[in-house]
Amino acid sequence: MQTQQALVPTEHVELRVFRANPAKASSSHFCSYNVPLEPGMTVLSALLYAKEKLDHSIAIRFSCRMASCGSCGMKINSLPSLACYTQVKDLPKGPITVEPLDHYPLVRDLVTDFDGFFGKHRSISPFLIRRDEKEQETLESEYRQSVHELDDYLQFAYCIKCGLCNAACPTLAADPHFIGPQALGQAYRYVADSRDEAASLRVKAIDNSHGIWRCHFAGACSFVCPKGVDPAFAIQKLRRIVFSHAQRKSAELMPRRQLKS
Amino acid sequence: MRSHSVSAEGGTAAVLYVDQGDTLESHIYDTIKGSDFLADQDAVEFFVNAMPAQIYQLEHWGMPWSRTEDGRIAQRNFGGYSFPRATLAGDRVGFFEMQTLYDTSRKFDNIHFYQEWYATSLIIDNGIFAGITAIDLKSGGFHAFSAKAGIIATGGAGRLYRFATYGYSSTPDGLSLAYRAGAPVEDMEFVQFHPTGLIPSGVLITEGARGDGAILINSEGERFMKKYAPEKLDLASRDVVSRAIITEIQEGRGLHDNVADMDYVLIDLRQLGAEKIKDRLSGIREIAIKFRGIDPITEPLPIRPVCHYMMGGIRTNINAETPLTGLWSAGEAACVSINGANRLGANSTSECLVFGTQAGAGAAKYAMTKSSQEPAKELIQREEKRLFDEILHGVGGENPYDIQNEVQSIMDKYSYVYRTGERLQTGLRELRELRKRSWMHVDDTSKEYNTNFINVLELEAMFDMAEVILVGALARTESRGAHARIDYPKRNDEQWLKHTLAYYSTDGPRLDYAPVTITKYKPVERHY
Repeated sequence: MQTQQALVPTEHVELRVFRANPAKASSSHFCSYNVPLEPGMTVLSALLYAKEKLDHSIAIRFSCRMASCGSCGMKINSLPSLACYTQVKDLPKGPITVEPLDHYPLVRDLVTDFDGFFGKHRSISPFLIRRDEKEQETLESEYRQSVHELDDYLQFAYCIKCGLCNAACPTLAADPHFIGPQALGQAYRYVADSRDEAASLRVKAIDNSHGIWRCHFAGACSFVCPKGVDPAFAIQKLRRIVFSHAQRKSAELMPRRQLKS
Repeated sequence: MRSHSVSAEGGTAAVLYVDQGDTLESHIYDTIKGSDFLADQDAVEFFVNAMPAQIYQLEHWGMPWSRTEDGRIAQRNFGGYSFPRATLAGDRVGFFEMQTLYDTSRKFDNIHFYQEWYATSLIIDNGIFAGITAIDLKSGGFHAFSAKAGIIATGGAGRLYRFATYGYSSTPDGLSLAYRAGAPVEDMEFVQFHPTGLIPSGVLITEGARGDGAILINSEGERFMKKYAPEKLDLASRDVVSRAIITEIQEGRGLHDNVADMDYVLIDLRQLGAEKIKDRLSGIREIAIKFRGIDPITEPLPIRPVCHYMMGGIRTNINAETPLTGLWSAGEAACVSINGANRLGANSTSECLVFGTQAGAGAAKYAMTKSSQEPAKELIQREEKRLFDEILHGVGGENPYDIQNEVQSIMDKYSYVYRTGERLQTGLRELRELRKRSWMHVDDTSKEYNTNFINVLELEAMFDMAEVILVGALARTESRGAHARIDYPKRNDEQWLKHTLAYYSTDGPRLDYAPVTITKYKPVERHY
């Protein structure tokens, strides 16, 4: 089997890589690496060339190289992107600057800490909830769901948890406690699922001072999402649901008050 | 949740529609026939019977299975099956299954994830599993965990090959952990080459494409599978289709990519029509456009057989128990064996579900009856010394990444679709010489997130398992399933209807053999 490159590469691309190790308290800086261009080269493959051939100490997180595992999010020329999904040839000529994602604590170089991100995801109860839990564990047939009902949430289930949306979100820059577009998108994914019966629980989780009302529709989340999830659209739809829940709640309260008086 | 299971595309096999003509018996026989009769038939029977409930379990947990017009779960055709029983969620089946399981795990406060911890050894106390040693990647700290029970679910070892559908993390660390601790690895010489890896990256084009009607064509535009599998055509089992592609290429009916310097044939999806491709194969369309610049709606895609799956793994029984007391294994890392010499497409994610359940339930039950013990100090100190004195502060002039590339080249070259004794011997010699070179050192001096260190540990595991594959393949003087020896072109049931077991020794793998469990399906010659 032949896998060698037949052409000797002549063109190079300069990678400017952000380097820092907070544990060592050394100041952050950029290192430049000159990488020979190969056809079809992604920013991830360029970075791996640098790590394997030029400097083994570059810290980077990656795995599937096909935009499914959500590991290799970073800022490429300031834009939150997946390194494996960004072709070098699609970027403007000149040096490529890669930096860690904003709004996440830095671990080292291009690697950020996602613990808080996963905590926010968990806060919206990201699982199917049924009133009858026993029936949920009875496995003789499926819950029926029409093709149309599936379409209501499928796009929002494409989320690979890469966190680019939260990195792009201007609200998160101002309020680190804001729940963020990823978790809100997933709240909508479950609320919109015809099989789920816990919309009010999720509404409660996001209807607070760091919740859904903080979003001011910059739309940056949807712009950077590599899977077309469109969290901004999910947030719009979710607001309507939160609002109607609030209305229903006050409607429920009204007659009781009248009764008491 | 980042594991390479997210890249499984086409389907999860299960018998759901008995009312429409599917039967458990048929899934059982298709699987055994696909395995070229090396599967353990009692395990296959258990597996097939357990599968339907697994599909409904995932569905009840939120899995977005594709639906039929009447709102039921949809299935598609897949290679080697007599009924379309590959359950689908578009062409992102593994991705949705991982998300569903991860999300559902978030329901429980008592499930704790140690994200990005790297296990370096198993602690074995008097032949019983007692815990692991591990490095916390984030801090670089070294820790020992005492444990009552353990499950190895580290997946396949496909990054032993360069042209592979696998992600970078699919190195054989988990297999090597068990192997070094004394557990046998089974049938490792059976490596599945999926027929349709996209040139040049090796990203998978799902078998679901052919299941939905795509065909393979050679440089003459001929649908060549009619010569090799007159009945099943493009949906013969994967080993058969991969050999057909390589034969076409070797006989001069392939095409050549000058940039990647790779030979290939074409997969043509055009007759499916734009709507079906967008609806059921949107993921591979996205991949083809992004990674190759070709839209499969208008143009065929260049593909060739690509390393995709390890039929072999840590030996387990139907309960997913390994021969080491207290240790379980499931998924691609394990060998039950339901896949024998060749796995059918859509049976892998199924296997994970059934035997993952077995392992979890078995390990939990066992752990309830045990009290945990402090692992022996000297074992931990010895491991710490090995990791930090010998490896992290090791010295050497050779770039470990170059050595890793050479391991992959050896496997690509000598242990691909067709093999010969002579070439396997050459591969083994080259591998052993390579191993002696001075690659065991780490240039990155930071403790925090030192992947250079991890990569060197992975390379050691790669050497272990590459050697096991080559030694097992060399010893097996027959052709069966995915193991095709040009010098021994026939299956030989008299001598070789048995599992290979490889045990670790300091001089290289020691081979032993174990019988195949046959219940009622007598081995016959396969035709597709």
